[in-house]
Order: sequence, then C-alpha cells, then structure tokens
Amino acid sequence: MSAPLSYLTSAGLRAHAIVPLTWYMLSVSILVCLIIAWVLWRAVSAARANGGDEETRSVPVEEGPSGAHWIRNGLLMSALPLLVALVWTMATLASVSGPPAHSGLTLEVTGHQWWWEVTYVSDRPDEIFTTANEIHVPVGERVLVKLHGADVIHSFWVPKLTGKTDTIPGQTNLSWLEAEAPGVYGGPCTEYCGEQHAHMMVQVVAQSPAEFEQWRQHQLQPAAAPTDAATRHGAAVVEYRCGLCHQIRGTNAGAHYGPDLSHIAGRRSLAAGLLPNNAGTMAAWIENAHGLKPGNLMPNQNLAGEDLTDVIGYLELQQ
Amino acid sequence: MKSPDLRAPITGPDSVAHQARLFELWEGKGGISGFFSSVDHKQIGIRYIVTAFVFLVLGGLEALLMRLQLAGPDKALLTPEQYNELFSTHGMTMIFLYASPVLSGFSNYLWPLLLGSRDMAFPRLNAFGYWVYLASGIFLYVGFLTGNGANDGWFNYVPYASRPYNPGLNEDFYSLGMVFLGISTTVGAANFIVTAFRTRAPGMSIDRLPILVWGTLTASVANLVVVPAVSLAFLMLWMDRQFGTQFFNTAGGGAPLLWQHLFWLFGHPWVYAIVLPAMGMVSDGLPVFCRRPLVGYSLVAVSTVATMILGFGVWVHHMFATGLPGIGMSFFSAASIAITVPSAVGVFAWLATIRFGKPVITTAFLFFSSMIILFVIGGVSGFMTASVPVDWQLTDTYFVVAHLHYVLIGINVFPVVGAIYFWFPKMRGRMLDEKLGRWNFWIMFIGFNLAFLPMHLTGLMGMPRRVYTYAPDMGWTTLNLITTIGSFVFALGVLLLFVNIVKSWARGKPASANPWDAPTLEWSVPSPPPPYNFGVIPRVASRHPLWEGRLPSNERSIIDQGMLLDVGKETIGTSALDAEPDMILEMPEDSLAPVLLTLGLAGVFCGLIMKVWLLSAASVLVIAVALVWWLWPRRSLREREPAHG
Repeated sequence: MSAPLSYLTSAGLRAHAIVPLTWYMLSVSILVCLIIAWVLWRAVSAARANGGDEETRSVPVEEGPSGAHWIRNGLLMSALPLLVALVWTMATLASVSGPPAHSGLTLEVTGHQWWWEVTYVSDRPDEIFTTANEIHVPVGERVLVKLHGADVIHSFWVPKLTGKTDTIPGQTNLSWLEAEAPGVYGGPCTEYCGEQHAHMMVQVVAQSPAEFEQWRQHQLQPAAAPTDAATRHGAAVVEYRCGLCHQIRGTNAGAHYGPDLSHIAGRRSLAAGLLPNNAGTMAAWIENAHGLKPGNLMPNQNLAGEDLTDVIGYLELQQ
Repeated sequence: MKSPDLRAPITGPDSVAHQARLFELWEGKGGISGFFSSVDHKQIGIRYIVTAFVFLVLGGLEALLMRLQLAGPDKALLTPEQYNELFSTHGMTMIFLYASPVLSGFSNYLWPLLLGSRDMAFPRLNAFGYWVYLASGIFLYVGFLTGNGANDGWFNYVPYASRPYNPGLNEDFYSLGMVFLGISTTVGAANFIVTAFRTRAPGMSIDRLPILVWGTLTASVANLVVVPAVSLAFLMLWMDRQFGTQFFNTAGGGAPLLWQHLFWLFGHPWVYAIVLPAMGMVSDGLPVFCRRPLVGYSLVAVSTVATMILGFGVWVHHMFATGLPGIGMSFFSAASIAITVPSAVGVFAWLATIRFGKPVITTAFLFFSSMIILFVIGGVSGFMTASVPVDWQLTDTYFVVAHLHYVLIGINVFPVVGAIYFWFPKMRGRMLDEKLGRWNFWIMFIGFNLAFLPMHLTGLMGMPRRVYTYAPDMGWTTLNLITTIGSFVFALGVLLLFVNIVKSWARGKPASANPWDAPTLEWSVPSPPPPYNFGVIPRVASRHPLWEGRLPSNERSIIDQGMLLDVGKETIGTSALDAEPDMILEMPEDSLAPVLLTLGLAGVFCGLIMKVWLLSAASVLVIAVALVWWLWPRRSLREREPAHG
C-alpha cells in the first residue's frame, strides 16, 4: 500500500527534522495506551460479579485501600516523557521554524480557489516568471516560500518536504523547503476553502540543479509560435477566448484571473492535480470544466469541433 | 432578596400527610398549557436529553451519508456542496446541539436531587434556557433543510464565511443561530453557578459535592467567560455580511485571524465544557459499581478546575499553522503539553478505584470503564498535536478527525450512554434491560474503534480532512472502507440503546428508590422522584450519605426529618462554602413567560434572517411584554412587601 502523502517518512530537510519527534511521540502514545489498557483489563477481570442491579447490591460496600498512590506514581511516571517531549519540541521548533538565513531560491506562492499560483522571484526582472500548480526546485538547495492568500484561507503543505503553513489574505507567511532526493512530491490544500477544497493539489518536482536550470531557462522563453494554419487559428481563439482570464507570455493573452498557461503542455497535471495532462484531458477540461470540477471558476467553453481541436493543437505546442 | 426572612423553618419528620401537602404545592398543571409552562427541573432535564438525542440521531445520519460518499475513491453519491453542508452541519449539530445540551439535561435533572434541593435556583430561567435551545436548534435546521445550512465547517473561518465567497443565506443562518443559542448557554451557566453556591442541602460543604457538580460548575464558569467571545464573533460576521462592517476584511483594515482568535478563545474551553461534566458522571458512577468511594476525591475535584484554568491558555494550538511567531506558539505548545497532567489525574483515579474496589460488571460499568481507555487514546493524540512541529504535519488531516472523535464520542457519548443505564431507573422507575445493554455496549465499542482507530493511520498517511472525495492512488481506500463499515456498526449499537429504552419504558423491571445501592442523595427519594424531590430537606454530614455506617467515618446525615418547608413552594438557601442554612427561598409557580420570551426572541431572529425588520421590531415588543410579566414583583415570591406588615 503506497502512501505518497505519508509524513512518517520524509524527502526533505524541514520535514525530516520533524520525523523523529513524531515517531517518539507516537511511540510514547501507543505505549501509554497499551499500558493503560492492560492495567484496566487486569482490574476489570478481577470483577466480583457480572449482572445488573441485584448483583451490584449483593457486593457489600467497603472503604478499601486509599489507592491515592496510584495518582502520585502515575503522574510521576508521566512527567519524564512529557518533559522530553516538551524539550524536544522546543529544540525542533527552534531549528525549523524561522525562515532560513540563506536561501538559493525564493518563491511567491499564492493560494486561489482552487489552484496555486507560483512566481519565481529574481533580482533581474527578465528572470521573473509565473507558473501554476507545479513547482520545480533543485535538490539540495534551500527554497524560501512566501505565502499569500488571494481570496480565502488555504494551507500550503508538502508532507514529504514541509509542514503546513496557511496562506491568509492580508499577510505574508513564510515557509521553506529543501528536497534531499529527486522526485515528485504532492501537497493537497489543507485549510478548508470551499466547494473544491478536495481538488487543490500542488506538485513539487525536485530535480538535479542542472535539470532545474534547464527547466528554468525553458520557462523564461516566450510562447511557441503557431506552426500552420490550424494552430494559427487556435492561437487566435486562445487569445480572444482564453486570454480574457489567462496569460501566455509572449502572446496577447495577458490576463491574470486564472492560472498562467505559459508552457502549459509541459506540466504534469491539469486543474490543480485533478487530471493528467494530455490533449484528451485538456479538451475535456475546456469543454466541461464544471462537470469535472463542480463549482470551479472557469466557465465551460462550448467550443465547436475545429475551434477546439485547433486550440488544443496550439496549446500542445506550449511545451 | 434584600429583606431577610425572619420566619424560622419548621422542622419535623417526613410523613405521608406532609408529602401530600407538598404534592399539592409542587405538582404541575398538566395539559398543553402545563407542558409549556412547566418549570420543574426534572421535566426540563428530560426535555434537554430527549432533544439532544434527536440531534444526535440527525448528526449521526449526516455522518453515515458522508461515510457512504467516502467509502471508496471518486464516489459521486453527494455533490461537493452537499458534502460540505453535511460535514458543517454534522459538526455544528454534534458539538453545539448534542454534546453540551445533553450534559445540561443530565445536570438539570440531577443537580437538585444530588444537592438535596427542590429545584434549580432560577426555575423559570431554566425553562427559558431549554426553550431557547430548542428554538435555536430549529432555526439552524430550518437553514439546513432549506439548503441554506452552514457550509464552512463548525469553526467557520473567514473570509470563506464572508459574503463575497459565500453569498447565500447559509452563513446568516449559522451566525444568527449561534448568537441565539448563546443566550441559552449563558442563562443555563448562570443558573448552574448560583444553584451550586446557594441551594445545597445544609451540611453539603464544598468538599462533599459529587464530581458531576464540580464538572458542570467548572464548565458553567467557563461558558460564562467564553461564550461572549463566540457570540460576538458571529455577530461581527453577520454585520460584515449585512452592513459591510469590515471586522474580518483585510481590504477594510480588518483581519481574518481575528475570527480564529475569538472562535478558539471560546472553542477550546468549550471542548472542556463538554467533557468535564461527562468525566464527572464517570467519577460518580464508576465507584458505585466498584463498591467503594472514588480514589482521590479532592485531587479529582481540583484537577477538574485546574484543567479548565489551563484550558483557557491553549487556544492557539488550533492555529499553529497560521504563521504566528515561534515564541508565542511555544508558550501555547507548553501549556497544551502541561494540560496532560491534570487530565491524567482522573485516569489514574478511575483505574485505582477499579483496582482497589470490587468491580461488578453492569452495562453502565462497561460504558464508564471503557471510557477510560477511549479518553487515553483521545488524550495521547491530543498530546501529539500539542507539539508545534508535529502539529504542522498532523493538523487538518484525518489524524485530527480521529482525535476529536475519541474525545467527543469517547469522553462524552460513552459516559452519557452509561449515565442513561445508571440513571434511567431513577428517571423512569424501571430498569433498562442488562442483556440487551451488553449487546448495546459491545456493538458500540467495537464499531467505534473499528471506525476511528484506523482513521489515525489515514491521517498519518496524509489524507486531509473536509475533502468530499479522494483519488484512488493515495493509499487511503482500504482504511476509508473500514471506517465506513465501523461507523455503520457503531450506529447499530446506538440504535440498540433506543430499542432498549423503548422496550423498558413500560415493561422494564420496576426500580426501587436505590437499585444500585448508590451513595448520593438522588437515590434516597422514590424512582421516579415526586415533583418536590425531598419531603424534608436532608442534612448532609458526609460525601456518601447513603453509605454511612458502612464506611469508617462516624458522620451521620439526616434524611427522614428536617425542614418541612410546606408553607408554599419553598426550598432552603444555604451559604456558599459551608452550606449553612441562610434563608427560605420562595420558588416560582409554573409560568408561560419563558415560552413567550423565547417566541419573542425567535421572532427577532426570524425577522433578521428574512430582513423583515418590522417583524424584528414587533418581536421586541413581545419580548418587553414577556419580561414585564416575568419580572412583575410578586408577593408570593417575597419580591414585594406584604400590604400590611
């Protein structure tokens, strides 16, 4: 049974620091439950009678031994694991809570109903770019994540890499992550945010620094130009239909209401993790976004035959 | 209350003639108007319990629907919006309309009987509290049944709850309904506090109180402190939605986190308010079946209060992921770990009571004793979420859902069902069926653990809470199916409770005054008790008036003679700590004023939700009339000087 979102194992530094503490507390907890269950079972199995009111009345009342030492001893025995938990908690908190002093990469991540906007920050304006729902990071590099809320509260969480931090309108929260091994790590939104809270997944793709740099350079390129009459027609439809809400850098589609579609065909999934990304799912999504993700803010497009195939043809160029 | 009553109460032996006189004075009218005007705490208590169980069933059906939706991945039994209203209404119902009122019901029924008194301190206020609870519950459910139920979870975070993101009436129903319900909680709490400090039988000093009284008293003080926070928050939300105030709107200078602080400032103490009285039930009930006094009475009583005090300082542990500063969070983290200590006192006391007693296994005993392990499981998972870094992973996953169900079902539902087996004979005069009770217990216990123990793992495997569906490749499928099966088994167990009650209602074995040979005062009166509770006011000399002579202490309470108080509807007022007789309290007759006042309030809230301001204004007049009628000084209550004298 594979569990891609389990946090009992980790693949990143910040999550890694929490794993031993989690196991410690989990083990103490299970042990306490077992001990108490055993004591309770022993005490109950010494029962004098089993029945109802008559059986109860038949056993005479007695003062019995004080038993107060059980409370004292019980509390004394609890004190040590509690104290350890407290100190360990504070130590872990100190090591992972603050933003890193040095980070190689800074991301601005904004939670929207129901998708993630991701901006790669740079000192050079021509190296800033925006994408959606898929974050590429270089392995071994510390990534500072600045979190914003566009509408309601969401929560940014990549269980294998970092714990939760809410994205709250009106404030910028900080999180950070550092992947230790290449891989694709999912992260569902974890603050209830409305109808499609269930379908708001971010994916973090951790790559070797060289691969990451290649990906970054590719993202900086403008949109691929149409190659034939069909894709030229597709590009026109995209600009006057999709361009009302979406941006594709290097074209006249330049709105910011929906996810940035630059290099959309290179992404692994559509609609914030709902669908794998291919020509078929893209067509299905454009035609029937509301059937697939009820309540989402993209209207069904009702594009007829050729319009639709040409749009898909053009978008598929945007690798 | 200023002029002291100079008449000394006449003392004497209890007698048949005396009881007949009291019966004349205390018996309600009967009929429809008698039903609506009753101020008898026993009737009100039973109404609370019955209404709370109706809501438990509704909340349970909502849960079963959700479990069907989650039985497998990508199911489409419910739409996302339906699912979201269901989980929000389920939480609201269980937490606000079941868990707290059911405990109020037991305390209302039991307190005067436990305390040796003839009614609560403010009987009309007591009736009013119930009617407001009923009316606000109906109000909230009218929203749900018309498709306008709460849809932002029970803790209702803004901005999702504010108008731009939630334009329907859903959040208006929830906001107004919660302000409405807060009135009931507040008056109930005030009544419990005064009752505890003013109407105990002479001699029942503060160290002789049953733990249930400690629990409800502590919870009531907490409610008085924290309910205003949540009522205010909901009022502010409603004003944001209706009038464009900007309390929670960033663009207008407000702050979404303000909601979370106000809500959890209330919400966490509230959790203790809905478990402490239930823990009190176990502390009082368990020793009866262990045939010995509770181990560590004083420690348990003190730890009840200590838990609550610490409970005021842990609310931020619901907000560890909101980006608060680390230093601040570490304080709340430490407090949340420290609260384990007073909570653990009860566990060790109950274990020792069983170990050093002579346990008799009955259905009530099974429910009470199994609560210990459920409490521990819910406690240790709470301990895990108390650690900030660990909580960053655990929070908002199914681990927390498992945790809160162990707390609320384990520490509220199990003791409450145990309490029904224990006190039903007192309330109805008949025993519940013990054989059916065993089935009831084991099916509930197995079903509950089957549903919720694996859910911890679901959470550790990363399933977020409040999702209406999930993908098949997440590794959550089998666990969810097990939980769904468990929840239906659990529901079957609860159903058996109702079967048992129906079966035993008319045909159960008749119960004597004290079928369990229990030590406290409620078992000294007939089952069911007469309307006046006690023929004579008892004088209490120990913690276990009915076990005296069998325990080493030489104290002797006096139960068969004492103050007669049969001049009018009277009971005795005593001093706060030592319970020395202070004054004769005149108790009010049945009254329709509480119902009328509730109708007026309901009219105000209906006007507000429909935006028919005229209806609200007219209802304020009804409220004014009801209040004047209620508060009009009456000579019989000595609120007015006699004409000559």
